[in-house]
Amino acid sequence: MTTAWEPVIGLEIHVQLKTETKMFCRCRNGFGGEPNSQTCPVCLAFPGALPVPNRRAIEETIKLGLALDCAIAERAVFHRKNYFYPDNPKAYQISQYDEPLCAGGHLDVPTGDGVTRIGITRAHLEEDAAKNVHVAASGRIHGATATLVDFNRCGTPLVEIVTEPDLHDAETAKRFLQLLRQTVVELGLSDAELEHGSMRFDVNVSVRPAGSDELRTRTELKNMNSFNFAAKGIEREIARQIRIYEAGGVVDQETLHFDPAHEESPPMRSKEEAQDYRYFPEPDLVPVEPGAELVERLRGEIGELPGARISRISETLSFYDADVLVTGGLDRLWAAVVAAGADPKDAANVLANQFVATGIDPGAVDAGELAKLVAARTDIPRASFDEALAKVGEPGFTADPYLAERVVADTAELDPIIERIIEANSGQAEQYRSGKHGLLGFFVGQVMKETGGSADPRVVNERVRALLG
Amino acid sequence: MARITKEEVLHVARLARLELSDDDVAKFQEQLSDILEAVSKVSELDLSDVPPTAHPLEIANAWAEDVPHDCLPLDDVFANAPDRDGDYFRTPPA
Amino acid sequence: MTVDTLRLSAEEANRLVTDGEVSSDELYRAYLDAIGERDPELHAFLYVCENDPGAGIPIAIKDVIGTRGIPTTAGSKILESYIPVYDATVIANCRKRGLRVIGKTNTDEFAMGSSTENSAFGPSHNPWDPSRVPGGSGGGSAAAVSAGLAPWALGSDTGGSIKQPAALCGHVGLRPTYGTVSRYGVVAFASSLDQVGPVARNVRDCAFLYSVISGRDENDSTTVDVPEVELPTAEDLKGLRIGVPKEMNGVDGIEPGVSAAVHKALELAESLGATVEECSLPRSVDYGVACYYVVSPAEASANLARYDGVRFGLRDDGADFREMVMKTRDAGFGDEPKRRIMVGTYALSSGYYDAYYRTAQKVRTVIKREHDELFERFDVLVSPTSPTVAFPIGAKIDDPVAMYMNDVLTIPSCMAGLPGLNIPCGLSEGLPVGLQLIGPQFGENTIFRAAHALEQAIGFDVVPERLR
Repeated sequence: MTTAWEPVIGLEIHVQLKTETKMFCRCRNGFGGEPNSQTCPVCLAFPGALPVPNRRAIEETIKLGLALDCAIAERAVFHRKNYFYPDNPKAYQISQYDEPLCAGGHLDVPTGDGVTRIGITRAHLEEDAAKNVHVAASGRIHGATATLVDFNRCGTPLVEIVTEPDLHDAETAKRFLQLLRQTVVELGLSDAELEHGSMRFDVNVSVRPAGSDELRTRTELKNMNSFNFAAKGIEREIARQIRIYEAGGVVDQETLHFDPAHEESPPMRSKEEAQDYRYFPEPDLVPVEPGAELVERLRGEIGELPGARISRISETLSFYDADVLVTGGLDRLWAAVVAAGADPKDAANVLANQFVATGIDPGAVDAGELAKLVAARTDIPRASFDEALAKVGEPGFTADPYLAERVVADTAELDPIIERIIEANSGQAEQYRSGKHGLLGFFVGQVMKETGGSADPRVVNERVRALLG
Repeated sequence: MARITKEEVLHVARLARLELSDDDVAKFQEQLSDILEAVSKVSELDLSDVPPTAHPLEIANAWAEDVPHDCLPLDDVFANAPDRDGDYFRTPPA
Repeated sequence: MTVDTLRLSAEEANRLVTDGEVSSDELYRAYLDAIGERDPELHAFLYVCENDPGAGIPIAIKDVIGTRGIPTTAGSKILESYIPVYDATVIANCRKRGLRVIGKTNTDEFAMGSSTENSAFGPSHNPWDPSRVPGGSGGGSAAAVSAGLAPWALGSDTGGSIKQPAALCGHVGLRPTYGTVSRYGVVAFASSLDQVGPVARNVRDCAFLYSVISGRDENDSTTVDVPEVELPTAEDLKGLRIGVPKEMNGVDGIEPGVSAAVHKALELAESLGATVEECSLPRSVDYGVACYYVVSPAEASANLARYDGVRFGLRDDGADFREMVMKTRDAGFGDEPKRRIMVGTYALSSGYYDAYYRTAQKVRTVIKREHDELFERFDVLVSPTSPTVAFPIGAKIDDPVAMYMNDVLTIPSCMAGLPGLNIPCGLSEGLPVGLQLIGPQFGENTIFRAAHALEQAIGFDVVPERLR
């Protein structure tokens, strides 16, 4: 009998905050500048430089912690994390250790089967490292290389979020990441772009016999650059570990780098040299004591978060529809269209399908006018509907001109036309009657053409079937 | 006794990125042992009810507004650079 | 007119300029001449400026304080060719008052030492007896002020590096309350202990210079607002309650001549109206040095990690980054920084953090509390600054622990973040003896008032006898 295995997955996510300035100096914070053009003595770690924390970054970290239902520390402390690497100019990173800003929260991930609660161990604030570029040195013959360093990124505020090992499948892990990303973006904290590195994540994967609560050796998967890619990578790693255990082997602790061009931390030389970071409280900084007033003000600035909206809207629509609307950034418009009188399901249908295809910014749309369109969708010719929808984002759009032309649904009007067409195509009519039911489309098409598109396709369909026999 | 072993000297030297000659290791082993013996006096006291002091001043919440300053011109950035490659700092491969 | 820099206080020098008797440039040149004449023997300066903008009087700067465009070596080979692109805040403050940098003074490497013998560029010499040390780490500034090579100077004090040289060279030095003077731009040794402070010929000059450099700095999050400085004028000590910790006065290890001079000064203080009473710091003195030599190397081990040959300073070649860094640091650091880096790394390392670093931080709390208790009964605490007078160059260099004991009297108040000022109070074997007044947090004005009155009554001639 084969053992059933349960995957155990934990995530470590880094989110760059899009504040105006860096975490410990007031250099401009932003991607894409000329190398080393956004630097100063502090982020270059010149002798005598001192860190000064960014108040906004602290507040945004607290906000993120509140959105994740964390307890906010009464007193949070920065620590020095000591190690040598070219992208770490002080040879220590200012981070947080045992007194982080936020701890003990959770993110509820709605799924088709209900809500999965993923524990958040902690969320803390630290500074990002510089960018190393490893190159071949010019003039050298034998593949000798050098490392070039750009300190623009050095000192960018970074929030590190660590989850409990509460995930047990790749798909939920992917949904967690997507939901976290959307939450962070909606709160205005970060662009959270994987390609730019404003959101990065590592995955810890292990497996255990189903039903046990042991925690076995885990593998760390680093530098995956898309959520889909991550889900596949996780699944492969789960399968690999199961194969090893079932063959009687042992899983080694290791780190798998998926994108070597973006390695970020010094690789271990050997097991003996496991990093000893020698954390100690940062003596150049004083503690952060947020206070209840600040925390409550920040809490008040958080609206209804995407996860909660999916759950709430799932009470009206299907989970799938609710999920598509919220993750597609369409649910606010949907709610407004429904408030203006449209049927919830019809509105969801139009938004999730035809509207999305137009690429129009939901924020540009007058919900009242769109509601009229949705309500008249089956009453007006398809062509009119599509034309109206394409313009629905334009300023001053009104639906009325497009609603004037109604589809013809009156069988008294349509039957004679249908009969005429059947007569004119007696050959196809015979074929249809002898079993070629695919020809129905041909007849419907002819009728639509004859009526210039203004016939109601459903009624045409019905009547053609009835009249063909 | 707080004597430090040769392995421990090599270990901390490695952590601190100091390349020591064999003579140095022996010399420092002796001196570090003396120092550590002197400083381990701190553990003689009963400190069970005493909180650690990280700062002489009891202040909190020192921070700055999120307003950018002028960054350094490149000439200043690289004024003391041992090895500049275009607009990058160059080091042997990491 | 010829300016006798050997006898000029900063206040007097400034008056000469503001009264128009001498131009700022003439005064600057007079000090350059003095340096040319006497510094070859003393080696107080590592760098002498040819000129410096400003309309006021010159000032010497300890070479751990960053000066834009002027070399700043911290007494180390690893920064031998380093020229900062920005001024330390204290320098900017000095410049706002028209003060002109005349040169960078010698220091123990990275401010680690009590004799300036750890400078990578050779020791400085005591103007009272050049075969002896001027103290450290700020021996260069001390020698410069004592020998009239600058009217005053800036130093830095972590465990006594301003006060102890002031004691050994016979002038005034203040270690300010932690947090009242910005550390921005100052090469860091131990972040929770370092303070920049004034080095001067008399208490009034010292107080004035403190008012120039002190104050909250937005670039240093550990600074706070400072009470307004009062330049002292009173010449009596009526109402002053002086505490004399018995662990710091007249004990073994303190030279009898030093104890005698301080004792005499205390009698003088009584005659000026002060009350003098014995008190006790039961554990601060006994455990202070051990505590300091865990905390300060630990912080230093991290503060000195940025010297890796990447962005500034010395670089040695290596096949890869790691080798380059190791060779650079081995070549660039002298023995004392290496020792302290290793002790500090050890104290923070896995398995030892609790026993060493965390424990030392608790001892620090004990020291702070003991001092706080005494300041409920006393206005100042008095003791010798240094247990000995200046010792011969080379006498203690082979015994690091013996060298550390030079700081046994200055360290405890440093651990508590408290201010302390040295005034010369007499001679022993023809060499200056220093007396320190330790005050409560933000107690500089009390200290200035007491020190000034005592200084006037003692009437010590700060000009070294052999130079008169």
